[in-house]
Amino acid sequence: MSQPAALCPSCGAPIVFQWSSSVQTTCAHCKSILIRTDVNLEKVGVVSDLPPDSSPIQIGTAGVYDNRVFTVAGRIIYDYDEGSWNEWHLVLNQGGSAWLSDAQSQYAVTLALRADPLPALSTVHLGDRFAWNKVAFEATAITEARYRGVEGELPFEYWDKQEATFVDLRSAAGDFATLDYSDTEPLLYVGKMVDFDALRLKNLRAFEGWS
Amino acid sequence: MSAPAPQVQSLSCPNCGAPLTVRSMGRAVTIVCDHCHSILDAKDPQLRILQRFEAATGDEVPLIPLGTRGKWRGADYEAIGFQVRTMEVEGITYSWGEYLLFSPYKGFRYLTEYNGHWNDCSVVTALPQADGISVKYLGKTYKHFQTCEARTTFVLGEFPWRITINEADATVVTDYIAPPHVLSSEMAGNETTWTLGEYVNGADIWKAFNVPGLAPPAIGVYENQPSQLRVSASQTWFVFAALATAMFVIFTVNQLFAQREEVFQEAYSFSPSSAEASFVTPDFELKGRTSDVEVQTDADVNNRWIYLNYALIDEDTGQAYDFGREVGYYTGVDSDGSWTEGSQRDRVVLPSIPPGRYYLRVEPESDIGLGIIGYTVKVTRDVPVWSVYLVAFAALLLPAVLFAWRTHNFEQMRWAESDHPKISFSGGSDE
Repeated sequence: MSQPAALCPSCGAPIVFQWSSSVQTTCAHCKSILIRTDVNLEKVGVVSDLPPDSSPIQIGTAGVYDNRVFTVAGRIIYDYDEGSWNEWHLVLNQGGSAWLSDAQSQYAVTLALRADPLPALSTVHLGDRFAWNKVAFEATAITEARYRGVEGELPFEYWDKQEATFVDLRSAAGDFATLDYSDTEPLLYVGKMVDFDALRLKNLRAFEGWS
Repeated sequence: MSAPAPQVQSLSCPNCGAPLTVRSMGRAVTIVCDHCHSILDAKDPQLRILQRFEAATGDEVPLIPLGTRGKWRGADYEAIGFQVRTMEVEGITYSWGEYLLFSPYKGFRYLTEYNGHWNDCSVVTALPQADGISVKYLGKTYKHFQTCEARTTFVLGEFPWRITINEADATVVTDYIAPPHVLSSEMAGNETTWTLGEYVNGADIWKAFNVPGLAPPAIGVYENQPSQLRVSASQTWFVFAALATAMFVIFTVNQLFAQREEVFQEAYSFSPSSAEASFVTPDFELKGRTSDVEVQTDADVNNRWIYLNYALIDEDTGQAYDFGREVGYYTGVDSDGSWTEGSQRDRVVLPSIPPGRYYLRVEPESDIGLGIIGYTVKVTRDVPVWSVYLVAFAALLLPAVLFAWRTHNFEQMRWAESDHPKISFSGGSDE
């Protein structure tokens, strides 16, 4: 539900949080990164120009994952050696958030999962096996990434980070998990690799000359 | 959001200044100048030159020109990259082409081509599980076919990953097959990428992408080419065994339940010199259901023959079943010893005779002037038959053998190109 509009402390443009739990957003007008405090908006930085976009997904795209309807509220863009990828912040209509990873159009949807203890980064190697949610995962990629930019609404503050390491894990049945080592404590996201068509996405970006 | 991106971006090669076409909308990592063959870093705004290569034997020409679009697997795709990869086996080099396809919605997939054989490939979503010499992927088992070292020897267009020509460290490519699918692992450094390919006909690609001319004909049998027969040798034998078993059951039931009811027997004698030999037998009744009827003739012939023109006639309807039987028996002695030929007994089975009252009309013939021949005619209804089962069994066996043989030959040709050529009919391999 839309919240009462506040004004961008930098340029005065109206700021609307589409999702009540959003903590961070960007001003569409002046690209200021804004953090919601109890009473006000605080400008914490400015987004640099985003790289030329290639994803068919955009803020406002809606879809279905695991019988749950979602809307794309924001994204984080990462750079790594082989290019860049998007982590789209999905707001689930029944509450909560999830992430749609869009890396070279391999799509995966994950949700945060509490699991203790998570392995320290220094102890994880490719091929290592872990089990969460009764699914056997194998570490298939360790990626060092740089934050390239943010857009839209995010469920936490992501404005002051520079670099992060991610461990991607997969299962024999198409499950997908990511260990996020961007913070002091590792975070775990668990979900599935998904087919583009299976997400039944609406309000996709239009590409000139493509249908 | 930004306005729709232009279809292509216009850039120039930093080496030769030739215009570059970028088709994959910011996803390209490698882009190749098709004029001077410089491999450029597409992530660098200055398009840093990574490598230049000279095609030793002139330009390779992609069969599907870059920029070609078509509807493929339910989405629009454009051919944006082409590379030739080469492997060496026992001193002989083999090269195949890979065509990268791009959709802004569905992303990347690629088509591979070798000797006119095509595969539609995409990166897998689940993790294949190695299982000895085979690999399991989403419930299906793929058999190891070949492991080889491959290098890129020619490249055009753009790719979402780094491409190096004649790279120092070759990629180890391992193919596992479950026709029409092939599961390939590519190991470069410590990174492994799995792709799943499905065999497709060149003609289908030519149609989908409206490629001029005809797809080159496929030569030989390819690793994951499905057999035209669409069934394996084991499936053939399974179906054969099922049908043969069913037939055996019917045969057994027929043997067990046949009533073997004797309905008529009479002894006669025939004098070949008599003028009118034709006669009819007394009536007899064929009871029960429609069934077969056996007519048995025993004649005391020795070094002679008797020919009997029979008609089984339905008394009520007049319907006649005509048949002729010859009984002949010969013996003698020659340089190999004694011999016999023929038999004094003849049996014939008439199929599907309805119940009712019947009689036989009999008209014997033989050589004139050799004395009287005594013979007995016996009629039995509902007799078990087995000769038709023999014929039916042969009719089942013959196509099964032909099918299995053709499949076997096809598999021999498939595996001859692998690391495990088949050497025996039983399908053993030389691991």
